[in-house]
Amino acid sequence: MKLLVCVSKTPETTTKIQLTGDGSDVDTSGVKYIMNPYDEWYALVRALELKEAAGSGSVTLLNVGPADNDSVIRKGLAVGADDAIRVDAEGSSSLFIAKQIAAQAKEGNYDILFFGKETIDYNGSEVGAMVAELLDVVYVHEASKLEVSGTTATVTRDIEGGVEIVEVELPLVVSAAKGMAEQRIPNMRGIMMAKRKPLKVVPAVDAAVSTKVTHYDLPPEKSAVKLIEPDDMTELVRLLHEEAKVI
Amino acid sequence: MVLVFAEATNGKFKKAAHEAITYGTKTAAAMGTECVALTIGQVENAGDLGRFGATKVYNVNSDATATFDSGVYAAAIAEAAKQLGAKVIVMIHDSTGKSVMGRVAARLDAGSAPGVNSVPTVSGGGLTVRKSVFSGKAFAEVEITSEYKVISVAGNSIPVEETGAAATVESLDLALPASRTKVLETQRATGRIPLPEAELVVSGGRGLKGPENWNVIEDLAEALGATTACSRPVADVDWRPHHEHVGQTGVAIRPNLYIAAGISGAIQHLAGVNNSKTIVVINKDPEAPFFKAADYGVVGDLFEVLPKLTEAVKAYKAS
Repeated sequence: MKLLVCVSKTPETTTKIQLTGDGSDVDTSGVKYIMNPYDEWYALVRALELKEAAGSGSVTLLNVGPADNDSVIRKGLAVGADDAIRVDAEGSSSLFIAKQIAAQAKEGNYDILFFGKETIDYNGSEVGAMVAELLDVVYVHEASKLEVSGTTATVTRDIEGGVEIVEVELPLVVSAAKGMAEQRIPNMRGIMMAKRKPLKVVPAVDAAVSTKVTHYDLPPEKSAVKLIEPDDMTELVRLLHEEAKVI
Repeated sequence: MVLVFAEATNGKFKKAAHEAITYGTKTAAAMGTECVALTIGQVENAGDLGRFGATKVYNVNSDATATFDSGVYAAAIAEAAKQLGAKVIVMIHDSTGKSVMGRVAARLDAGSAPGVNSVPTVSGGGLTVRKSVFSGKAFAEVEITSEYKVISVAGNSIPVEETGAAATVESLDLALPASRTKVLETQRATGRIPLPEAELVVSGGRGLKGPENWNVIEDLAEALGATTACSRPVADVDWRPHHEHVGQTGVAIRPNLYIAAGISGAIQHLAGVNNSKTIVVINKDPEAPFFKAADYGVVGDLFEVLPKLTEAVKAYKAS
């Protein structure tokens, strides 16, 4: 089974977001980066589990980004991926990135392409579906369970207020949600081996960029919490009705 | 022309579809054009979507659309847009929207903005929309400059407005691919409004001490007509179903009112709820970080506070 796991680099989950003075960009000084948690904890680990269960096959990581991203890619190799490809480009619009991934995927002939259900920076949730369309392959979004038997996959996807269980034929593009696997912490051997695993850098293919962020701003500061005496819930209800106007 | 994919669940349109039509109508007005609706599969009362501003409602219904397949739905939406000459496509930012939006954008070679919170401003051929980024920690204005533009609207972002009357419904014949997704089973909690659409949410955390104590959450939710939710540790130990988990790795919500009881308010939890309009935090620990993100706080034992709040809500509703 040939598996491709598409990974992004995102700010660490507890990062306090700060902007440059004019709001034209995010101030990245002092920001710590990680592999997008959905990519690492669920997509990558489930891919490794499927390969281990099959007893053969390969897990390849794919990232679209500059050389700075190599540390995040090496982390994925330390967790257990066999090799990696980095498309050398500054990540920009979702469709631009999807076209880079599709170009690599076409050459690789993968059985399953994994994505995280979203990246925790731009929260777009759209690159997986784009790649599926560009490759004309079935797509299942936000999967919390994935089982493969021969060339058939049974996937549980999260829907509003529940789940839907579907059956699809490989090749498949799937985006991973919590539940698909459990995070793996790389051990020292994995970290040492990761340094020697192949990381191929390839140039970007031509693709248009038709969205751009023109301005950022931060949510207004919350005013101090208004404390209500635990014995006076009638007062809380009054405030919710008259002041907040939410009930 | 603006084309809104008005999604139905079991053939019925819910608030999120009405929000999307309202959004499309306002977008069309800003562009000086009209808004039409597209419905897929067997639906009831599609003409009713005209009340929210759609001047016409189209329906695509075939064997391929009987159950959900992202490729079929995306083909229907993109081909309808081409046939009708719609350049802006609007949908709901929910599990269906997220499954098809990227496919529609790729099919039309369109720029896209997922999960937007505001009606676009128009400048030349471009549209600029506002969306939440970094899991609610910032907002970004995104400009789309391609010929086709695809937008999905976050739930509870725009109040539904009734501006028109029922519209005529016309069926649209499109060449669609066969479905590649076989649906084995759909499990959906019945009765309550699903979390992403809920305006009122009551949520419990580890402070509840065990699943057997959830009646205090359920009772308050019942009195308010709210949907119940929970924090990650609670879902992790199976006190509550996974689909109730709100936060960074669970569902992101933006209700009008979020009441959190026994939840300390870790940054990963806040990431899923910080777009709520009003937050009430009930916790016995006055140092709980959640109080910093709250509008109203009650420092006290939730097992005493919640029943009192439930009674106060009942008294208010009765008055």
